[in-house]
Amino acid sequence: MQLNSELEAMLAGESGRARQWAVEHQLQVGRMFDAPDMVRVSQAHMMADAESIGIPGVEFMEGLAALPVEERRVAIPMITDPRGVDLDYYDPLGQTEDMANIERRFIAACRAMGILMTNTCINYQTVMPPVLGDHVAYGDTGVVIYSNSICGARSNFEGGPSALAAGLTGYTPRYGLHLDECRRATRRFVVSEQPQGLTDWGVLGAVIGRKAGSYWEVPVVEGIERVPTSDEAKHMGAAMASYGSTPLFHIVGVTPECESLCDVDAECLEAEPITRDDLNALRSSFGAHGEKVDVVVFAAPQLSLVEMQRVADLCRDKHRHPDTDVLVCTAASVYVDAKSAGFIDTIEAFGARVLQGTCFYQQYAREIGEANGWTRLLSNSTKIVNILGGYGYRPALASMENCVASAVAGKVVA
Amino acid sequence: MSIELKCHAGIGERVEGIALVAQDNFSARYDLDRIKGVFSRPEHALAGQSYVDKILVMNTAKGGVASAWMLHEMKSRGMAPTAILFNAANTILAQGAALANLPMVDRFEDGDVTTLIQTGDRLIVEPASGLVTVTSR
Repeated sequence: MQLNSELEAMLAGESGRARQWAVEHQLQVGRMFDAPDMVRVSQAHMMADAESIGIPGVEFMEGLAALPVEERRVAIPMITDPRGVDLDYYDPLGQTEDMANIERRFIAACRAMGILMTNTCINYQTVMPPVLGDHVAYGDTGVVIYSNSICGARSNFEGGPSALAAGLTGYTPRYGLHLDECRRATRRFVVSEQPQGLTDWGVLGAVIGRKAGSYWEVPVVEGIERVPTSDEAKHMGAAMASYGSTPLFHIVGVTPECESLCDVDAECLEAEPITRDDLNALRSSFGAHGEKVDVVVFAAPQLSLVEMQRVADLCRDKHRHPDTDVLVCTAASVYVDAKSAGFIDTIEAFGARVLQGTCFYQQYAREIGEANGWTRLLSNSTKIVNILGGYGYRPALASMENCVASAVAGKVVA
Repeated sequence: MSIELKCHAGIGERVEGIALVAQDNFSARYDLDRIKGVFSRPEHALAGQSYVDKILVMNTAKGGVASAWMLHEMKSRGMAPTAILFNAANTILAQGAALANLPMVDRFEDGDVTTLIQTGDRLIVEPASGLVTVTSR
């Protein structure tokens, strides 16, 4: 793998131990995926929830953070994915002081390195969206698929350590989605039923992701008649990445790299229909009409200000059932705007709790489920219902409207 | 008897160990009880079996971005596999192997590694040169 003189110097330790570790890490990963060289990136975004890093991960970060300031500071703007604990609200969820302390130590280490604690998986809506052709090193599969597909940026799925390495060097190994040849379509899907609402877009994304089924497949979607909103595209992408490990999709006439099929070399691909049966089969696996609901969750991805307004409108002058908890996860920056707009007060008067800087499935979902006796979970996120089956929940899927109505009734209404 | 299997160059140092093989996939987040060091998802082909200090041989890696930290956490507690061999690794787990310094290779020239290697085989894994040797069966 080719390194320029700047990276060679880092590898030799001339910029300190942190950057030396980072280049060594990037060489290992780059060689495994046949990267010819490294590419400069404009931003890094790190996923590092307390549950996955554990004490050893915190100690690793603290080791870097203890280096002299010129050695430990990240080289490019670097932001963070949701945390595992909302430090303003964890004991009532059944999260422990040990969990909170992992977060506190990790946050202190990140700050010492100049990492911006944005704690968000919707940075493309709230922080600084990447632009067409922008090479970035993003974590969180939902962030990566949105940035690649909707913004036309270029990122692989960068796990926390790799995003950190990119933040320290300002480069990432040039493989996968950084290369033109990996961005061409490999599967061609034709939609005949137009999605209505966030959950439909999520279901469509999930069906395509399940059919595509690999990091190295790139779906192109035909037949979409209306440009999705940012929130709709967010749900579609997050679900596709969750069901298929898919990092990029194109929509003909919508996404920036695909005005027509020939832009993504898709004219000769077999057209595969997405049928009503496909969509209904996915929905029906998460149906639970009439069953008691333990917890309703709005998260995965975190809610935008527009989604917060819709939740508030639906909750106004109503109250949840006493046996059904309701959680809403958003970014701290959205929370501030939603607070001043009155949405937080309206949602909390309904009996829901708004969490800042977390996302439900990344915050010790198994432990808080056990602590609160939650098994039947209802959400409008096609992504979250996919994930939480592995964490002891019985997840069900409904529109945002029906989620709120179900919270009022205490059982799933459809 | 010794069988040499060529693969793509991978991550980590040369190691030796005993193979644990399944024609299934690997998710650090959803398939394992990482505290006890066993496969815990009931549907998994290796459910109930310990992966600690074994050379895991599996089809592919699954799971989200969080699993990149998990191999490091497992190895720090001495509750990790010795190495992992895949037909096809994914980017996230490869990044995690690099952080953990846990040997990982994939893409075997002679076909499906989960049939080329059997549970109980003694192996030498040399990631830098892309070579796995079955030294005894």
